[in-house]
Amino acid sequence: MNRIDEIIAQLSHIASHPAEAIAQHKKETGKGAVGIIYVYAPEEIIHASGYLPVGLWGGQKTISKARAYLVPFACSIMQSVMELECEGAYDDLSAVLFSVPCDTLKCMSQMWKGKAPVITFTHPQNRKIAAANDFLAEEYALVRSKLEKILGTTITDEAIEKSIEVYNENRRTMRDFCDAAAEHPEIIDAVTRHAVIKARFFMEKSKHTALVKELVSELRKQPIKAWKGKKVVLTGIMAEPNGLLELFKTNGLAVVADDLAQESRQFRNDVPAGRTPLYRLAKWWQELDGCSLATNPTKPRGQMLIDLTTEHEADGVVVCMMKFCDPEEFDYPIYYAELQQAGIRNTMIEVDLESKSFEQVSTRLQTFAEVLG
Amino acid sequence: MNNEQASSKELLANYQAKLDEEAREAKKNGKLVCWSASVAPPEMCVTMDIAMVYPETHAAGIGARKGAVDMLDVASEKGYSVDNCSYARVNLGYMELLRQYAKTGVKPEKLANSPAADVPLPDLVITCNNICNTLLKWYENIAAELHIPCIVIDVPFNHTMPIPDYSKRYIVKQFEHAITQLEGITGRKFDYDRFLEVQKQTQRSVAQWKRIASFLKYKPSPLNGFDFFNYMALIVCARSRDYAEITFRKFADELEEKVKNGVFAFGDKEKSRVTWEGIAVWPYLSHTFKTLKGAGSLMTGSAYPGMWNLEYTPGDLMTMAEAYTRIYINTCLDNRASELASVAENGKCDGLLLHMNRSCKLMSVLNYQTAEAVKEKLGIPYVSFDGDQTDPGNFAPAQFDTRVQALCEMMKK
Repeated sequence: MNRIDEIIAQLSHIASHPAEAIAQHKKETGKGAVGIIYVYAPEEIIHASGYLPVGLWGGQKTISKARAYLVPFACSIMQSVMELECEGAYDDLSAVLFSVPCDTLKCMSQMWKGKAPVITFTHPQNRKIAAANDFLAEEYALVRSKLEKILGTTITDEAIEKSIEVYNENRRTMRDFCDAAAEHPEIIDAVTRHAVIKARFFMEKSKHTALVKELVSELRKQPIKAWKGKKVVLTGIMAEPNGLLELFKTNGLAVVADDLAQESRQFRNDVPAGRTPLYRLAKWWQELDGCSLATNPTKPRGQMLIDLTTEHEADGVVVCMMKFCDPEEFDYPIYYAELQQAGIRNTMIEVDLESKSFEQVSTRLQTFAEVLG
Repeated sequence: MNNEQASSKELLANYQAKLDEEAREAKKNGKLVCWSASVAPPEMCVTMDIAMVYPETHAAGIGARKGAVDMLDVASEKGYSVDNCSYARVNLGYMELLRQYAKTGVKPEKLANSPAADVPLPDLVITCNNICNTLLKWYENIAAELHIPCIVIDVPFNHTMPIPDYSKRYIVKQFEHAITQLEGITGRKFDYDRFLEVQKQTQRSVAQWKRIASFLKYKPSPLNGFDFFNYMALIVCARSRDYAEITFRKFADELEEKVKNGVFAFGDKEKSRVTWEGIAVWPYLSHTFKTLKGAGSLMTGSAYPGMWNLEYTPGDLMTMAEAYTRIYINTCLDNRASELASVAENGKCDGLLLHMNRSCKLMSVLNYQTAEAVKEKLGIPYVSFDGDQTDPGNFAPAQFDTRVQALCEMMKK
């Protein structure tokens, strides 16, 4: 096994075994983990406490217990998160951070079934005015003080500044990785690409950075080979489960860039400079664009997708539509029209985490690959 | 119309039509028209003499007049998912038809045949997320499609009560920002004296609106909660004008008269009283009312109209910010449940009827948890039914009837 395979195997293992990663962190540091209900949260504050920030994005689950609490038209990711809450999957966490950028998340934050204490905070949505940063910095101060109380520790400004640097380095590395992956689809297929990125939700970030840096450097040593298949850009909340991503492989579709909330939207911007670390973290939210959960009446997402497709010489865009996610569904008609106008071919597949068979997605992708051909 | 002699019902119809007429006139005369979210603060726009149109009320009207399906179809053709809010889809469908009409000069068939009130396209929009974040997405799209300015008043979800000052300060800054935006859009200076008068008018309207609600405490009740739904059009569309105040005062006076004369909504047939949690099922308003009436169950509680109890001190923007952010569905479960319990208590309700509204996640996802808390506090039962505010396909009359029957059985015990 070469070094590339080794690193990929290691990261893939972590991506699919978060509990092991948490146990390992506890063994090494004596500190536990703090969960982050998707989508965006100031992870750096948790990191600065020495606890492991862990991303909670649901998983492939058959929904049964959650049905008692949740309406059937809540999105697929919420259904699986609720199922996992009911199963006690999150009970070993020391705390859980809950942001509320959509209506379902507002409600979900008020009906937590796990044992860990929940800290809810709100992102401002009139994001481009300075007052929004002031508000969010206050919310983050509340998050910090609640975390300090629950974890019995002090989280200093200095520690958060250091964590921001660790995270920014990880963000830069992840952008490098995405570029390197785009150059080597013969090595980094859709499933692998996702695993490398997902592992960052379960690892102390500097460790993740180190491994990914090494992976990027190994990839850059490889000769560039012509890709016989087609190249696509993904957009949406997330592209899971692996069964769905396998279909990209079978249809010869390389993911050369993404606009997924679980992936590039997390790291396409660094935390900018600013007067205090909490204000800096707040500004990150102000600068995030192109996400359905971050209000912006200029609707830049369509143009961003067009730019992403052009820059990466992609053949088309695959919309990964989270089932029952209304913010994403609202964005769709606007950017769809813009993609069409720009002559960028696109298709939509439904993301349902509960799903175990993917015939419909398979047909869609097969047809799309043929159309692109 | 002679306001003194007119009934409140006549005033309601007259002012609703007048508001639409004013919007059309404004458009014709080159004045600005603003489409607004239903609980967004109109005070700034009204100060600037901008004609206001309310897509939610407009969509509800289309739904009630059985015209939703055509608009929903147009929205589907545009790529909107059937999972999106039906108010939004009806409105975006309507907007698309108006655009086509404006572009081609030929009235699309679906528009020509629509029972929709005739309202003009907007020159700007104002939105506020105190009743849902959907209103952010919906208005983003209107602004993007029409290339017009969008004023956002973001009131952050109150996960912790009481509402912190820093949240109110953020909202106040947005009022100030909105004023700057409006000055830019209109090219005129903002008149702060007039602003104060508009705020005072809003408070007079809200006071009369609350006065109507106070009649729900009578048992038997002179007020049928479904009428309350009908009058909502003016608290939404004209609370910063005297139209709302005049109409509500007349309605409250009429109710006072009814109490004096012993005239009650269900005569001597009021057997039980329910709280309706959620938005009305507009396409089936009559069916839902008749089913309840048939069972002798009067709706004397709903937290929905109470969302416009926007009391604040004119001239004090911090209290105005608080009024616009403390809407019960914009608060944590404890506060939400305690508000709903107050509504049920004030209406002397025997049970809760929960509308699991396919269009409204914020008014559905927490319904069971809220109802459980109310049940624990007041000991009253609840049932739910599946429905939708404007998409007729998401409501089954038979299921509604069965659920009401079950609730009535439980309330008897």
